[in-house]
Amino acid sequence: MTTLEKNPAVTGGGRDHGLAYWAVSDCWNITRRTLTHYQRHPSAIVWQLGFPILSVLLYGYIFGSAMKVPGGGDYREFLMPGMFAMTMAMGFMNTAVAVVTDAGQGVVDRFRSMPMAPSAFASGRGVADLVVAAAELTILAVTALLIGWRAGGGVMPALGAFGLLLLLRFSLIWVGVWLGLLVPTPEAAGGLYAVAFPLTMISSTFVAPSLMPGWLGTVAAWNPLSSTATATRELFGNPVAGGGTWVEEHALLMAVVWPVVITLVFLPLAVRRFRLLSR
Amino acid sequence: MSTPMSMSETRPRYAVLAEGLVKRYRARGRGGVEKRALDGFDLAVRPGTVHGLLGPNGAGKTTAVRVLATLLRYDGGRAEVAGIDVGREPRRVRSRIGLAGQYAAVDEGLTGRQNLEMFGRLFHLGNRGARQRAGELLERFGLVEAADRSAKEYSGGMRRRLDLASSMILSPDVLFLDEPTTGLDPRGRGEVWDAIRALVAGGTTVLLTTQYLDEADKLASHITVIDRGRAIADDTPDALKNRVGGDRIEVVAADPGDLAAVARAVERVAGGGLVLTDDTTRRVHAQVADRVAALTEVARSLQDDRIAVEDIGLRRPSLDDVFLRLTGHGAGADRTPADGTPTDGTPAGDTQVVREGAAA
Repeated sequence: MTTLEKNPAVTGGGRDHGLAYWAVSDCWNITRRTLTHYQRHPSAIVWQLGFPILSVLLYGYIFGSAMKVPGGGDYREFLMPGMFAMTMAMGFMNTAVAVVTDAGQGVVDRFRSMPMAPSAFASGRGVADLVVAAAELTILAVTALLIGWRAGGGVMPALGAFGLLLLLRFSLIWVGVWLGLLVPTPEAAGGLYAVAFPLTMISSTFVAPSLMPGWLGTVAAWNPLSSTATATRELFGNPVAGGGTWVEEHALLMAVVWPVVITLVFLPLAVRRFRLLSR
Repeated sequence: MSTPMSMSETRPRYAVLAEGLVKRYRARGRGGVEKRALDGFDLAVRPGTVHGLLGPNGAGKTTAVRVLATLLRYDGGRAEVAGIDVGREPRRVRSRIGLAGQYAAVDEGLTGRQNLEMFGRLFHLGNRGARQRAGELLERFGLVEAADRSAKEYSGGMRRRLDLASSMILSPDVLFLDEPTTGLDPRGRGEVWDAIRALVAGGTTVLLTTQYLDEADKLASHITVIDRGRAIADDTPDALKNRVGGDRIEVVAADPGDLAAVARAVERVAGGGLVLTDDTTRRVHAQVADRVAALTEVARSLQDDRIAVEDIGLRRPSLDDVFLRLTGHGAGADRTPADGTPTDGTPAGDTQVVREGAAA
């Protein structure tokens, strides 16, 4: 009680700052929050990477010798960019689970009852997810280098490739936020793996689409994940194994177009879902 | 008590004011039936008081709190919190209120201190201000020792206290507490009650929803009973109890065969009022005007007739009785809001008896 009487009016500072200032400041504070989670439990990143690393070992060493790369080239060299792209693609699950957990525990309601910028909830989440994705890519790339993967295309193209990977991750943040606000529980969000996993398999991640039955190969080639995988293979100077279709020939272009399209569709959906919370 | 800065303009007459609030929900699917979670809800809460909002599940308590705390938009009527229009200026309202919900909204991935500092920064206190405020609140809520432990490891009571602390980072004018002690053990409830009392002593107005009527009785100076989205009663706890009627005499017969004789004895003091008999509990009871005379009279006549009783006594009406009387069902009883049919979740005998009493 004494505390209250001593400090009768703890009021928010910064009335003198504009809305834009607080949108950025609040976003950063939400970002910090997520990064603190990882700082407190760094092993979370390792767990998230368990699947791609295990996949590299399984596919690279167990199936590797039986795998063909059309047009020649080492399978493991072919596999690594696919693994990078798949890790980015599966990242939407992390976003969705984090959002649904916040919603279920009432953290979202607390944020909404506070005078913070409403956009910060999603923007802060997005920035944090990108930072984590960059950390994941670094760990994966080091692992890849250790088992003999090489990016022979030069530094700038390699950086461009990582940029494309993060662009894919960025677009999927909005899918994650949307799904996180849509599904009722973290358990239900976990169930999304059953959908996400086949979607990442029907792509050029593990096998060139040209080796699949015709219709499946077409679906796989048009999978946004394939465009990013193929484009990064080109930029890293790894075996591309293109099937000669239009979408594979224009992988670089499509690796930009797909994320933009996904963002244009799912960002408004996520915003709408967030607004629906007050219905 | 010093006046919070935010109220220094002109202190509004009511800290919370709702007039004819309407909140509609449309059931999923096409042609879904429209439901009114709030159907002309009125509420007036005086500054610096604890105001209890009671009602059965599905009556609209939580909806009312969520509308007033700017989490839900309303479809009709008017709402003001701390003198600010909720519909027009939700953001200004948000800097004057605190909200602590049924589920403790703390970030389990952070320590207690990190939680408070994060919320403080999001309340725009700045890094230093947030750190200082977090320190103060940890001390105030007895969380200093656990401050740097993960909130995940906190007990239910500690977590709820951390939730409360988070809800009052800005020493809010109005604090909304939606069932703040649900699921807590008695000790945890006591801790939360102390925190609420201290807050009100500091000048905060509290709107409290609860399932526990004794909690409202202990904390609230004013109570609004809500049912089917409408305020059906609004008064002090004592006045509400008086409304149910005076004291009741209650006799439990030792032998079920004596029930009729016991009922006759009670009837003589009931002054023409209804005498209720509950076979399963062997209980006979009735409202009486002069409690002591009635008790002596019944005890003597039972003794004269040599009827053995297990228990005999007087009972003052509790808020539970008020509740049953007003809504026709108990506080804990679940009810489908769609059709409004009461389902008897409370022990059947008791509900039955008091409902009959209400009809008398």
